[in-house]
Parts: sequence; C-alpha cells; structure tokens
Amino acid sequence: MSESTLQTHIHISVQTDDFDVAAEYTQARQQSANPGAIVCFCGLVRDVLAGHEQTAAQQTLTLEHYPGMTEHALMDIATQATGRWPLHAIRIIHRVGTLSPAEQIVLVVTSSAHRSAAFESAEFIMDYLKTSAPFWKKQVAGAKSEWVASRESDYRAAARWSAPD
Amino acid sequence: MLTIQYFASIREALGQSSEQLPLPEGVSTVAELTQHLALRGQHWMMLDDNTQVLIAVNQRVADRSAILHGDEEVAFFPPMTGG
Repeated sequence: MSESTLQTHIHISVQTDDFDVAAEYTQARQQSANPGAIVCFCGLVRDVLAGHEQTAAQQTLTLEHYPGMTEHALMDIATQATGRWPLHAIRIIHRVGTLSPAEQIVLVVTSSAHRSAAFESAEFIMDYLKTSAPFWKKQVAGAKSEWVASRESDYRAAARWSAPD
Repeated sequence: MLTIQYFASIREALGQSSEQLPLPEGVSTVAELTQHLALRGQHWMMLDDNTQVLIAVNQRVADRSAILHGDEEVAFFPPMTGG
C-alpha cells in the first residue's frame, strides 16, 4: 500500500470522563494493519501551586471549550497530520470540566510503521492542539480563580512545524 | 439572524455566553460587528482588541475582515490554552 492511499483511523473525543490509556493503545494497535510503532502521549494536570501555601486538595483546573468547533479543530489537526506522516491510527481525547492536580487531561495516540512518524506526529498534534483547538483553562485555588494565559512558547512550538525542514 | 457566542474570560467579562442579533445596519464584516458591539460601552470595547480576542465564524477561526451575511455563528474568545 502506498503512503498516499493509507487509510488512517481517526478517533476524536471531548469528554468529562477519564480515559484508559491501555484501552486506547489497544484500539490503535488493533486498527493498524502492520504497526511498527505506537506513541501514547498523556498530559496531566500540573500542580502549579506545589510548594505554595495552598494545598493540592484546594486547587482545581476547569476546562471550558467550544462544543462543535472543538471537534472540528481536532479533526483538522488529525487530518493535517495524516498529510505529513503515514499513520495507521490517530486517537485524540481531551477532557473538559473540573480536574484536580495529577489527573489525566489529554491523550494523543499515533500509530505508524516507524517510530519517527509516530513520535513526530504526536508532537505535531499536541503543539497544534494547544494553540488552535478552542479550550480554555481556569485555575481555581480556594476562593481565587484565574484564566490561564496563553504562552508564547506554545506558539513558537506550533510555528516550527510550518517552517521548511 | 447572527448567533454570537462568548467564551472563557470574555464570557465572564461581558456577563453573557450567547445572543441572537439581527445583522445591524451598515455591518458587513466582523470588524464592523465589533465596532457596533463596542458602542455598548465598557467591556464591550475589548472585542476590538486584536491581540486578546480571537474570532471564529461558523466554527472556523477567522480574521476581522471576514464577511458577514447575517446568518453566521460568530464567536469571540481569548487565545486558546488547552492541552
């Protein structure tokens, strides 16, 4: 099968529920005809107040999103990845709602014949997701809450993929 | 009828998450819509801030020159912070 005709199984989910990394890995593995490499990236909620006066139990992160557009944006990102790397499967899960430190927040699984394609595409998807999928984080600590500011470094990370190799 | 949605810090500052609005007289682009909304005063003027407020038209990121016919879904939101 030539790379241009490779069918990529794409799964996108925006959900409040937690996800099972092993189950998602198994799905990607089963959807791949001859996988040589599967990369699973899982993002967790950082405890940004660790070491400060607030305890972890008081801190939460609330994720808001734009229902409808979010799914379109994630599908766009996945589709762009299939145009750049020969991928068997892509699974993107992003949680919304209120999460506590150390909880799983985002999962990207990519499956390919070779590790470089799996690694690079997973990183590409994460970099684009952070700057072009409509999610917004709000940090809540006790009575104080604050919207997380976007980071210039995230934009630089996404921009490097549009520079010529 | 335009459907306008506001998200995250913008939703909070404006105190509303969505509204229906007939295309105002003389408005045919997003930039003209934000100028029209800015007439409401106070926080509404922030919609004119290109760096702090992003725009989607029909659920796709758009710029302020995007044309409006009157039946679009327009959204205003701060830079994304997912992942």
